[in-house]
Amino acid sequence: MSYRNDPYDPKQVALLDPAALADAVADAEKAFAGAADPDALTALRPAHLGDRSPVSLARREIGALPPAAKSDAGKRVNEARRAIDAAYAARAEILEREQAERVLVEERVDVTLPFDRRPPGARHPVSTLMEQISDLFVGMGYEVAEGPEVELEWTNFDALNIPADHPARGLMDTFHVAGADGATESGLVLRTHTSPVQARTMLTRQPPIYVIVPGRVYRTDELDATHAPVFHQVEGLVVDKGITMAHLRGTLDHFARAMFGPGAKTRWRPHYFPFTEPSAEFDVWFPEHRRGAQWVEWGGCGMVNPRVLRACGIDPEVYSGFAFGMGIDRTVMFRHGVGDMRDMVEGDVRFTRAFGHGS
Amino acid sequence: MRVSVSWLSEYVDLPADLAPGDLEQALVDLGIEVDSILDLGETVSGSLVVGEVREIEELTGFKKPIRFCRVDVGAANGTGELQEIVCGARNFSVGDRVVVILPGGVLPGGFAIGARKTYGRNSHGMICSAKELGLGDDHAGIIVLPEWLPAKPGDDARPVVGLDDVVVEVELTPDRGYQMSLRGLARELAHALGVGFQDPGLTPAPGATARPAYPVEVRDTVGCDRFAARMVRGVDPTAATPDWMVRRLTTAGIRSISLPVDITNYVMLALGQPMHAFDADRIAGPLVVRRAEPGEKLTTLDGVTRTLVAEDMVICDDTGPISLAAVMGGQTSEVVDSTVNVLFEAAHWDPVMVGRTARRHKLFSEAAKRWERGVDPALPLVALKYAVDLLVEHGGGAAGEEILDIDHVRPRTPVVLPADLPTRRVGVEYPPARVVALLEQVGCTVAAGADRLGEDPGTVGVAAGGTVALTVTPPSWRPDLTDPADLVEEVVRFDGYDRVPSLLPMAPAGRGLTWQQRRRRAVARLLADQGYVEVLAQPFVAPELADLLGLPADDPRRRAVRVANPLSEEEPLLRTTLLGPLLGALRRNLSRGQRDLALYEIGTVFHPRPGVGVPPPMGVEHRPSDAELAAADAVLPDQPRHVAVVLAGEIEHSGWWGPGRTAGWADAVQAGRDVLIVAGIPAERVTVRAAEYAPWHPGRCAQLRVDDAVVGYAGELHPAVLAGLELPRRTCAMELDLDAVPAPPMAPAPAVSPFPPALIDVALVVDSSVPAEQVQAALAEGAGELLESVRLFDVYASDQLGAGRRSLAYKLTFRAPDRTLTVEEAVAARDAAVTRAADRFGATLRGA
Repeated sequence: MSYRNDPYDPKQVALLDPAALADAVADAEKAFAGAADPDALTALRPAHLGDRSPVSLARREIGALPPAAKSDAGKRVNEARRAIDAAYAARAEILEREQAERVLVEERVDVTLPFDRRPPGARHPVSTLMEQISDLFVGMGYEVAEGPEVELEWTNFDALNIPADHPARGLMDTFHVAGADGATESGLVLRTHTSPVQARTMLTRQPPIYVIVPGRVYRTDELDATHAPVFHQVEGLVVDKGITMAHLRGTLDHFARAMFGPGAKTRWRPHYFPFTEPSAEFDVWFPEHRRGAQWVEWGGCGMVNPRVLRACGIDPEVYSGFAFGMGIDRTVMFRHGVGDMRDMVEGDVRFTRAFGHGS
Repeated sequence: MRVSVSWLSEYVDLPADLAPGDLEQALVDLGIEVDSILDLGETVSGSLVVGEVREIEELTGFKKPIRFCRVDVGAANGTGELQEIVCGARNFSVGDRVVVILPGGVLPGGFAIGARKTYGRNSHGMICSAKELGLGDDHAGIIVLPEWLPAKPGDDARPVVGLDDVVVEVELTPDRGYQMSLRGLARELAHALGVGFQDPGLTPAPGATARPAYPVEVRDTVGCDRFAARMVRGVDPTAATPDWMVRRLTTAGIRSISLPVDITNYVMLALGQPMHAFDADRIAGPLVVRRAEPGEKLTTLDGVTRTLVAEDMVICDDTGPISLAAVMGGQTSEVVDSTVNVLFEAAHWDPVMVGRTARRHKLFSEAAKRWERGVDPALPLVALKYAVDLLVEHGGGAAGEEILDIDHVRPRTPVVLPADLPTRRVGVEYPPARVVALLEQVGCTVAAGADRLGEDPGTVGVAAGGTVALTVTPPSWRPDLTDPADLVEEVVRFDGYDRVPSLLPMAPAGRGLTWQQRRRRAVARLLADQGYVEVLAQPFVAPELADLLGLPADDPRRRAVRVANPLSEEEPLLRTTLLGPLLGALRRNLSRGQRDLALYEIGTVFHPRPGVGVPPPMGVEHRPSDAELAAADAVLPDQPRHVAVVLAGEIEHSGWWGPGRTAGWADAVQAGRDVLIVAGIPAERVTVRAAEYAPWHPGRCAQLRVDDAVVGYAGELHPAVLAGLELPRRTCAMELDLDAVPAPPMAPAPAVSPFPPALIDVALVVDSSVPAEQVQAALAEGAGELLESVRLFDVYASDQLGAGRRSLAYKLTFRAPDRTLTVEEAVAARDAAVTRAADRFGATLRGA
């Protein structure tokens, strides 16, 4: 595009002619309308609004007019100028808007493309369930107690009223630790339950005691669909003044509802545990069981045997307590419909990933 | 234990309309686990009838002799004509009555009976053996009904052969020995259902006579506090055990052996009193009951010759031990085919002794199981009378007049029970009268007042006030009732566990999780977020693992806790590093077709403390002293919690975004750094340095330290280790002792400057052997306080730099807390930083 660059020529006062000004406006409007994008519009600006544009040249010619005509001519030039300005602005707005919209269209991507750049990690459902249960009880004021997995026979058995020659000790299917240097007796076992932590808690603090004990335990069961030699339990212990079985039931009912929904409830069956008396096994009514709502065996519970309190240095005349416990692995199995215990211990990522990061 | 309801009904007045489900519920409410309830009547469907064999035609020409029979089944076949049945058994004759299942019937196991052509004849039904009816293992021939049975052809055969019964299999808890008998189960059911009970244990039995049934001397009245015996002479040695007794024994899982032995087992099931039958003619001289002499030998009934120890109790004659007391009899004195004079023994043994003997000899006989759970010491004479009567009835012979009874049983110690204790422990209001009534139902004798034994117990409940003490003497059959808490359990058990209300106790304000617990959770979440999958591996490892991991001979990780009775003899040790089991899980995943794997575990490892001996003996009557407890705990292995990761394959996949990335040593090291970050350890307290440590690649192993303490290692695993473990090359790992990581400090807040930063990049050329971390530390030191951060963004080596040299490019960010830095200030700080690196490592500015 070229611009007029000839020097000023007085003959061109004809530019002040109303028709000429109207033409300039019409030309500008036509040219602007033809601009396809903001860049093209900008390129048109010198020709229609620049120093050498018809309206600018016309303004310069006003001086050559007789004084009487100056006012009229000035008004006409200004109007023309404003009209062209307005046309430019209007066109610019349209073009900028169109361009912005076009960019958005052009930049469109397929947002359904997967971005699985890193394979997903996952937590083991047993770990997350232990945390969930711990959180529930911590929220009630309990503390989380822990203890060693290789344990003294005394804390695993004797302190819990399981004397050396009691058949209950034989039923525990215990892994014994070999003695040093070939000795047969070490006095140590792989703990068969989380209950020794009860004893350790009572040995090291005075009531009121409200603790929850998650942990890993060991029994000499071959690994099969329903057994594992290494599994997990969670156990609760309360020792305080005036504790009754009613408090135990209230705690288990609350626990069951928190774990299995408001429709959950518990029922008790008398049972025998050396460390509690009276003792019970308890079932939970699980409304969302995959095979339909039903009672599921969940764990054992009872009032802490006064012999246990005594062995741990707590006066059974002053304090009473309750304890309860259940298998975590088994709870995961019936809660989630796990069909085979081996899936829980083999560490197959396909199994564990199904549980994500837990809840 | 498996028992039939018909037998139970001999002692308890079970309601006629008691459904199997109601029976199960009653047992469960008593604390008796029900494994199964089997209505035998429903195990055979269709017509199972009595038939009388009228004609037998022997068929020949087949591999085995076959009989074509015509059997009278009365009107059961609808026509009254003889039923034609082909039969392979031969233990019957014309005129015998047998059990026939007609076409349309179904035997146990879903075996449907139809009319079919076989051995060239049409067979309409089947003549049944006991095994085919699910009544036992006897498949030698078909059932031939004894002559005395009144059944006639066409009758329903179910009641005749015992298929009208219900069999209950129960599991009993180890405290309740008395439930291991019909007597005990019937008593419990009677209480639970509120029906009548005839106690067979209270049958009157004659007492000791002046002359003993046999000369016996009991030398250890602790091990044997009662020994009673009676004789039956002139028994018919060919007399068979009656069918009903065999059936009841078989139901209980006890094999029929001979009439006298079967009777001892039958009485044991009925009353709970284990017994023994001697052939009186095979005993030489008087019997002596004593402890065994160490090394004495005895061949027990199972044919095993056992070497005895001083704690075992034995019954001896002139030849030495003839019976391992309370556990199993010996071969030399057992009842045999020719036995005519039977000496029945019923004793009472120390349950602890029996339990230890049974465990030592791995002989958990039915008798031993009952002894160690507790047997009623009042039973021997009753049991003897029952056994003698049964033998005389079914085997003939004459009961000896003489009765031996050496009785040193001590009276029960009464239990003092505050009458309100059940209420205080259970949370249900039990009036004293209710407590007394329930305990009396159990069989206890109850008196008011701790010192008022002998008063009329009937008036106690009514008169008792709130805190009156009850003196409770448990019955002889309840050795488990020794403590007030035991009596509380009986009260709540029979009053009903379902009556216990629900009340939430109010715990005092807790302190939440400990920092260690919070840290473990944070680490677990971090690793899962980063793509690691959690594994809970079994901690058992093989001794060879230490070699496979290339651990040096003196590595402490070679000292492991050994399990005395491992499930697998190949894996008797507990892990001293998480890596063994975790790499096992890695390999398992690889073998199942996974390729890109990142696993982690947070778990315990076990390091035995050398030379610590065994824990001191501690009692349970009172709390052990702190010194005793500390001495005991000192014996425990060190059991720190570790975290470990293993990595193989791609840590980032390729895709439309570009190429993937294989996991490398740096990912493992970064996992360790990240763990320390979430553990709350400030970066300036963490150092990483090169290390040579098995099982890592000696050139690709980083040691992670917090302050001056080593907390873990990370990097690529040694190629030889990977080859030995059959794992992919370049597999990486990190393991860190979480317990060695100190508590997180209270983090001080930084001063956040609002002024703009000055960014300057420097590229330093240094010897390749200089660790990048130390170069960075030198830069940071030299730069001084204006340095806000320093970050390595490029590492570069080339021919131009020269062999053994590399360029490390750092981005330095300077900022002042109170002003905008001038270019001159920033450059001066930069120069100071570079100078420090130059002084320390000979670093030169690249391009300078």
